Amino acid sequence: MNIVVLVKQVPDTESPRKLKSDDSTLDRAAADGVINELDEYAIEEALRIKEAHGGEVTVLTMGPDKATDSIRKALAMGADKAVHLVDEALAGSDALQTSYAIAQALGQTGYDLVVLGSESTDARTGVLAAMLAERLGVPQLSLANKVEIEGSAIKIQRQTDYGYDRVEASLPAVVSVVEKINEPRYPSFKGIMAAKKKPVQSLGIADAGIDAGQVGLANAATEVVDFAEAPPRAQGQIVTDEGDGGVKVAEFLASKKFV
Amino acid sequence: MSEILVLVDHVDGEVKKVTLELLTLANRLGDAAAVWVGAGYEGSKDKLAEYGAKKVYLAADEELTSYVVAPKAALLAQLAQDKGAAAVLVAATGEGKEIAGRLAVKLGTGVLTDVVDVAEGFVAEHSIFGGAIVAHAKVKEGTPVIAVRPNSIAPEAAPATPAEEQVSVALSDTDKAARIVERVVEEKGERPDLTEAAIVVSGGRGVGSAENFKIIEGLADSLGAAVGASRAATDAGWYPHQFQVGQTGKTVSPQLYIAAGISGAIQHRAGMQTSKTIVAINKDAEAPIFELVDFGVVGDLFQIVPQLTEEINKRK
Repeated sequence: MNIVVLVKQVPDTESPRKLKSDDSTLDRAAADGVINELDEYAIEEALRIKEAHGGEVTVLTMGPDKATDSIRKALAMGADKAVHLVDEALAGSDALQTSYAIAQALGQTGYDLVVLGSESTDARTGVLAAMLAERLGVPQLSLANKVEIEGSAIKIQRQTDYGYDRVEASLPAVVSVVEKINEPRYPSFKGIMAAKKKPVQSLGIADAGIDAGQVGLANAATEVVDFAEAPPRAQGQIVTDEGDGGVKVAEFLASKKFV
Repeated sequence: MSEILVLVDHVDGEVKKVTLELLTLANRLGDAAAVWVGAGYEGSKDKLAEYGAKKVYLAADEELTSYVVAPKAALLAQLAQDKGAAAVLVAATGEGKEIAGRLAVKLGTGVLTDVVDVAEGFVAEHSIFGGAIVAHAKVKEGTPVIAVRPNSIAPEAAPATPAEEQVSVALSDTDKAARIVERVVEEKGERPDLTEAAIVVSGGRGVGSAENFKIIEGLADSLGAAVGASRAATDAGWYPHQFQVGQTGKTVSPQLYIAAGISGAIQHRAGMQTSKTIVAINKDAEAPIFELVDFGVVGDLFQIVPQLTEEINKRK
């Protein structure tokens, strides 16, 4: 089975995350880049599917040069090879354009199964799996907290507000996973060493058949009009419990008409 | 005025509050036109009318709800084009955002997700990076598709007499590629939905065990609130994962958020920072959650929370 797992490098949540004042895109220099957390669950799920059903796991990343750090981590976890979609022309692409570019790159890699995290910790749009399924014309098996494959049949549990839906489809398909679908493995020392020798193919937009007029900041369907740091919250009242802390909170809630 | 399509979010005919918020917002931008997919409209028609639906498109065909997301996007795409809608609003839930994504691809237009307000010219306000930055964005061309975060807009009653129109869409094989074979409803009792609740009471590492979450639930029930949990608590298995508030869980924006035994790591703050009023109870005076609070108590939650619950019940 040809499994492609999508990996995104994002700014570390623990470091200052900013937008650039000139073009309102993410300031990648301001924060350390790390692999998007939910993608680790996607990689783990892809590896488990390979272990159960055979095949190959390819990491596909779209991002600048330094996204190779995240690619190496995915390879160290056990993915077989990687494709890095990297091109100046892609900078500033929004969700719609990113889904187009990745769909084109998937045309190069081929796939039986595309696995990705349900959202990224930076943009948090949560739309990519749906957009890819729409563009590729394959089943959308998103928000999965369980995946089962038998031959060309695939079943998932799709997480919902009320519980979950059981969903059935046939491969090829796009699967997005939620946290807790599995416990991602840590790269072993052996895995880290092996990752250095695994092939990473760079793909420019021409290689992937991507139309330059459909990607990049200037051609984006959306634009940031302005942004500012959120005003800090006014310092509230903090008291130390002296046996009546609960009553104090109740009084505060009453003053705000919550009780 | 142009029509603004609002996809009604309902579970078996019971309309979610976010739909009323979307109708209110839609009427500020144009004329709210509700799109009802599936069964159960009759029981909720009065509510949609009360909150200003000037038109209701009814798509009752069972096929539309038998497959994951795609049929709803197909219906909205057709309506947006046929009716010349000025914008489409959906709830920024997991499914709502996915519908928005597919719809934007179909329309070849832009999508704005997790929006907290929309101003004239369809300029959308976002609260990003865990509430650290407020950004305004818009769709450059075509019909904007906007997913609005629940609890961001105060719903206002604005009685209307909606004209009803039956609509349908021809589904392609691709739209029917992911079949929903069963809906499993997990028992969650009488508490409101986490993302819709006006009050959320969350517990974290300091709660210490699954058993102790009863204290958090007790406080929540005294306030008619939803229960949330920090990642530390869900990772430890003390509370189910779907109740996690934070960057990799749910984003909530209630009127009142009470955090008990939660230190307030950025991971958690990202999911609750836009709450209107924040109260924290934590034994560590240095916990970062206290930077956000309107009212905080440094002390033992096992003393304070039961006392608070009792005091609230006494005042009822």
